Amino acid sequence: MSGGAIVRPSVAVPEEQVVRYTFPERVNHWVNGIAYTYLLATGLALFTPHMYWLAAVLGGGPTIRFWHPWMGLVFMISIFWMHLKWKDDMVTTGEDRTWQKHLKDYVENRDDKMPPQHRFNAGQKQFWWIMLYGSLILLATGIVMWFPEKMPPNLHWVLPIVVFIHSATALVTIAGFLVHVYMSVFVTPGSMKAMLDGNVSTDWARTHHRLWYEKITGRRK
Amino acid sequence: MSNGPLEIKAISGHSGPVPGYNVSRDYDVCKLVDTTTCIGCKACEVACLEWNGYEFRETTFDNTYQTMPDTAWNFWNLIRFNEHENEDGTISWLMRKDQCMHCEDPGCLAACPADGAIVQYKNGIVDFNQANCIGCQYCVTGCPFNIPKFNAATKKVYKCTLCSDRVGAGLEPACIKACPTGCLHFGSKDDMKALAQKRADQLIANTSYKDAGVYDPEGVGGTHVIYVLHDAKNPEKYGGLPADPRVPLMVRLWKGPLKWLGGMGMIFGVLGVFMHRVKYGPKHVDRVEEKRP
Repeated sequence: MSGGAIVRPSVAVPEEQVVRYTFPERVNHWVNGIAYTYLLATGLALFTPHMYWLAAVLGGGPTIRFWHPWMGLVFMISIFWMHLKWKDDMVTTGEDRTWQKHLKDYVENRDDKMPPQHRFNAGQKQFWWIMLYGSLILLATGIVMWFPEKMPPNLHWVLPIVVFIHSATALVTIAGFLVHVYMSVFVTPGSMKAMLDGNVSTDWARTHHRLWYEKITGRRK
Repeated sequence: MSNGPLEIKAISGHSGPVPGYNVSRDYDVCKLVDTTTCIGCKACEVACLEWNGYEFRETTFDNTYQTMPDTAWNFWNLIRFNEHENEDGTISWLMRKDQCMHCEDPGCLAACPADGAIVQYKNGIVDFNQANCIGCQYCVTGCPFNIPKFNAATKKVYKCTLCSDRVGAGLEPACIKACPTGCLHFGSKDDMKALAQKRADQLIANTSYKDAGVYDPEGVGGTHVIYVLHDAKNPEKYGGLPADPRVPLMVRLWKGPLKWLGGMGMIFGVLGVFMHRVKYGPKHVDRVEEKRP
């Protein structure tokens, strides 16, 4: 062909990959996420009449009342296992406090201003501790709400307090869950792949989790 | 038989316009329990079981005249017995017919999440519709009188209906029908309150019960079951009748501000992250290759 030749984009060389989440971690995360989504939908159905239609969608009121506590147990087992796997990576470090000061830069995507982060950044760690402690509160209050008929009548006065704490705690975790899902799906391309396939590109690792990247690859750049 | 309120159509021997024409009396129903004339015979307990089709439960003898410790899903009407020692050393046998109070402001209904599981009729009756009940027992959480009872087999909650099926057909509740002393009355709230007050005044004037009075607690907007008590200042001694029953504050906060805040938070949270995406977009990965000249 004469004249303007078609310039083909060079065929992408497969990017160098590193393992971010192992297979058991991924499976457990999805068990956790699916359980949470079910708990969210059924919990909201029981929380407000405007969302009671979710009960009908999910098999009817008696069905969700039966399964919500059981799914809660699945969620608890899953998050405790997650805790055993990730607790060392969730410890707050000095870098996290610096990160915290630059939260506005992170939100507005001025990522060059952010300090390098370990396997999880300070925001992920905060989300983690909210979910873990929230889960403990939801478990303790949820068990009482599972079997109110076992409670002696002279202790019925605690039921309204327990129900209120359960709902309020759930709302706090919903706020965290919303940001978590939004970040992974819309803000940080590659993170969904990390949770599905288990690996991320070295570029991704270096950009978002520099200290972790340096640790696992032994590289300095 | 018409179930509607009575309305005057014509009156006899009257010239000119008919007084009260087109005026109807649409009244709230009310059960009056006069504890001062209750003898604890339990006819009301039996009548309740018979009308509602329940077998008599196993009773628990605990050296009192009380049939069992508490009401149950299939035992809605219990005469609570208390052998109360008075300040002067004498003893009073206090009998109180315990059942759903049919609050004007029902805590069970406020707390219930299931669409149509609890119905409040305009005549004041608060009724459970087991077809819509999901067994969560939030009603137990909301009730200041410990009335709703859970059936573990059906996973539904039951309580006194104030014989809504009988009242709807113009009959009085079964317990009223069975009472041999006339300590149970049934009629409009206004009439029952007047009757109760008359009885309390009678007790104050003619007996030593100077604190006699009517129990119609304000905290739950009044009830459609009211009591005459010898000692209205100490309702607790009548088998734990609460002095100032209210829908629990935490139920109010849960079903009021928290529900509102939670809903708004979720709506604006979703809107907020959407706007964030539109304004700031996704984060970019620095590629090593791009930095090379």
